[in-house]
Amino acid sequence: MDILNFAHGDFLMLAMFTSFMMFNNFGLDPLFSLPMVVVLLFFIGLLIFRFVIKPVLGYPGLIALLATFGLSILIRNLVLFFLGPNYRVINQSILAGKTLSFGGLYFSLPQTASAIGCVLVTYAIYLFLSKSKFGRALRATALDKDTALLMGINTNRVFALTFGLGTACVGVAGGFLVNFYAVFPEVGLNFVILSFVIVALGGFGNITGAFLAGILVGLVENLGGFLIGPEFKYTLVFVMYLVVITIRPKGLFGW
Amino acid sequence: MAILEAKDVSMYFGELAALDGIHLSVEEGEILGLIGPNGAGKTTFFNCISGFLNASRGDIIFKGQNITGMAPHRVCHLGICRTFQIVQSFSEMTVLENVMMGAFCRHANPKKTMDLAQEILEFTGLEEKRDQKVGSLTLADQKRIELSRTIATEPKVVLLDEVMAGLNPTETEEAIALVQRVHEKGITIIVVEHVMEVIMKISKRIAVFDSGELIVQGPPEEVVLDERVIKAYLGEEYDA
Amino acid sequence: MITLGCLLATFAVAPLIISDVHFQHLMIMLLLYATLSQAWNLIGGYAGQVSFGHAVFFGIGAYAAMAPLNQWGLTPWIGMTIGGLIAIIVAVIIGIPVFRLKGHYFAISTFAVAEVVRELFSSWNWVDGPIGLDAPVLDPGWANFMFYKTKLPYHYTALIIFFLVTYVTFRMERSRMGYYFRAIKQRPEAAQAMGVNISFYKQYAFMISAFFTAICGSFYGLYVLHIEPATVLSLDISIKIVLITALGGAGFLWGPLLGAMIMIPLQEYSRIWLGGTGMGIDLIVLGALIVLICIFEPRGIVGLFKRFTYKKRNE
Repeated sequence: MDILNFAHGDFLMLAMFTSFMMFNNFGLDPLFSLPMVVVLLFFIGLLIFRFVIKPVLGYPGLIALLATFGLSILIRNLVLFFLGPNYRVINQSILAGKTLSFGGLYFSLPQTASAIGCVLVTYAIYLFLSKSKFGRALRATALDKDTALLMGINTNRVFALTFGLGTACVGVAGGFLVNFYAVFPEVGLNFVILSFVIVALGGFGNITGAFLAGILVGLVENLGGFLIGPEFKYTLVFVMYLVVITIRPKGLFGW
Repeated sequence: MAILEAKDVSMYFGELAALDGIHLSVEEGEILGLIGPNGAGKTTFFNCISGFLNASRGDIIFKGQNITGMAPHRVCHLGICRTFQIVQSFSEMTVLENVMMGAFCRHANPKKTMDLAQEILEFTGLEEKRDQKVGSLTLADQKRIELSRTIATEPKVVLLDEVMAGLNPTETEEAIALVQRVHEKGITIIVVEHVMEVIMKISKRIAVFDSGELIVQGPPEEVVLDERVIKAYLGEEYDA
Repeated sequence: MITLGCLLATFAVAPLIISDVHFQHLMIMLLLYATLSQAWNLIGGYAGQVSFGHAVFFGIGAYAAMAPLNQWGLTPWIGMTIGGLIAIIVAVIIGIPVFRLKGHYFAISTFAVAEVVRELFSSWNWVDGPIGLDAPVLDPGWANFMFYKTKLPYHYTALIIFFLVTYVTFRMERSRMGYYFRAIKQRPEAAQAMGVNISFYKQYAFMISAFFTAICGSFYGLYVLHIEPATVLSLDISIKIVLITALGGAGFLWGPLLGAMIMIPLQEYSRIWLGGTGMGIDLIVLGALIVLICIFEPRGIVGLFKRFTYKKRNE
């Protein structure tokens, strides 16, 4: 639906907070609360769509962008106000704080598990989009909204469910992330900008593109940071983005 | 003297040849009708001439200059202007402002273009509606505005893409009269139309496209009776 | 019209009446951001190209005025001019690849460029990297654009710059370029068929916008007397400019001023009243405000005024 959602990172933050509070107050391990977080985020997505996104869909791009930006500020500061700015960390859970040892190399367990989990989810989304009826409806709507409407697709519902699906994915990310990343109101900011660059790099509207771009960015960020200097790691990502976009204005795989 | 010439123009979209080896000459000051079934490549041809598409092969020569692949705005400046199949008015602007947009092609001064636009509105019979927002007008009016705006660019050649589509008989008559008035100014016109009576009436010559190829060209009376044309429109079985 | 006249008169006279330093500072920052937003309005509002990296021009202007002053004692007026020219060149360099991009790609690219430049300046030794530059202590006066005892010259300079940029925008609106921008926004293809070289006009607006943004940057450096990449090249500035313009009304002449008049005092005073204990209430209000404006009146405050006068006229 062509909306750049600035609040995406803040949905991540909400997911992380939910997971954390489940853990802290009810002793529920993040791995088990993950389905709950996903469902919760899905419904939050639907709500936000209904009240914030849908009204601004028709407006020029700037407005939609700003609406999500305002939303981001709002969510962040509401959480800040009610829960305070402190960093919260989960040290001991099924995944947290453990390492795997494999052939002389050490892997952090939570990060490995997250990676696997996220790859699986991404693949599931990819299958869903390419094989299911809803997936086809979604792709049709993305390509040509008016024709999709004419074909009897309830584009509104498609958009709503898509948005909800997006936030649900973020729920997955958050549920995993909470095992090895600190939770605080501003945490979304660390991720949202990068996620935009990744999607743009891969090409808007392309899941495989985003996936590969994500891996590419991760590699450049860490290798570059290691080889040239940690303060440059994002710079390198941006430079790479600019170079790619100059050669291929629609991203690596975009249409 | 041919003012516009297409030499072996072809347009490929991947494997699909939307245009295949078009050779067509347009004489200065004539009205050339362009007909053919849907998907024959007429609008694609217009797009190639006006610079919206880059022909895969071949040359388009305008007044001796090769304009193949030139950007649309440059083609307009050189003197070829087109209308769009689905009317593209600047709906938030007034009628006068829409026409001014065309006049701005040749003059930068807003006051001057306003006067010129006013003259054109009088020529095309729209001066009463000059301050109305185009978005609120009928399709027939919007098409007339698009034509007015095109004339305002002071073109040598005008490409009209289905200007009569969607008009009722009265509006069609008015539109034909307008096109003829434009022609009297010495402007060369290529008209794409599906309404046969219109094309027969105003064209000196007709070219027929089918599946990307130019199959027949000649005076209207001859073309219409040509069996290839009949086959193109009605299919093999009807070839009597 | 009359209200505007009164408004501007107020701006001209206010610092003479109210001598509270804090208030005067606020006015100057208000004018500065109004100008920045007006400059952005040219490319972001009228031409519809949303740039999230305008801080890059602001920073160029700031450094161009301060660095030569620091290192060679070169008068800031020359530095300011050089800064403006460099900004124009940078705008062209950025513009050529980036204007080919559509919508979101463009926005992200502008931001990417700004961040890269910020990082570069942070590592550049000649300008003392992340520490930034301080203005040297010089004789006060117009030659060096330094005033220590009063803020009035800064205020009036800011006011003049604002007028200048607004006037340029005013003339642009009524010129062929203004029509072209409106047309490009509505029907870019039809505009091309009418002979509009879209890339050229976008680039042109970008260059003018960059120039004035750099001038503002120079002014800022000479006013606050200390600049560093984190303050003059930050995403915060870029975003603030966009917010102010959109809030006030993007693509409208008075949008930026109205937006600044809301945002700047709001930020200042809510930080003072609520920020300390409220833990971000000021931002909660801001966030909600932005969302509401976007949903209900995307033309910003100017849009609200138009609705109001439309209703009155039709009663």
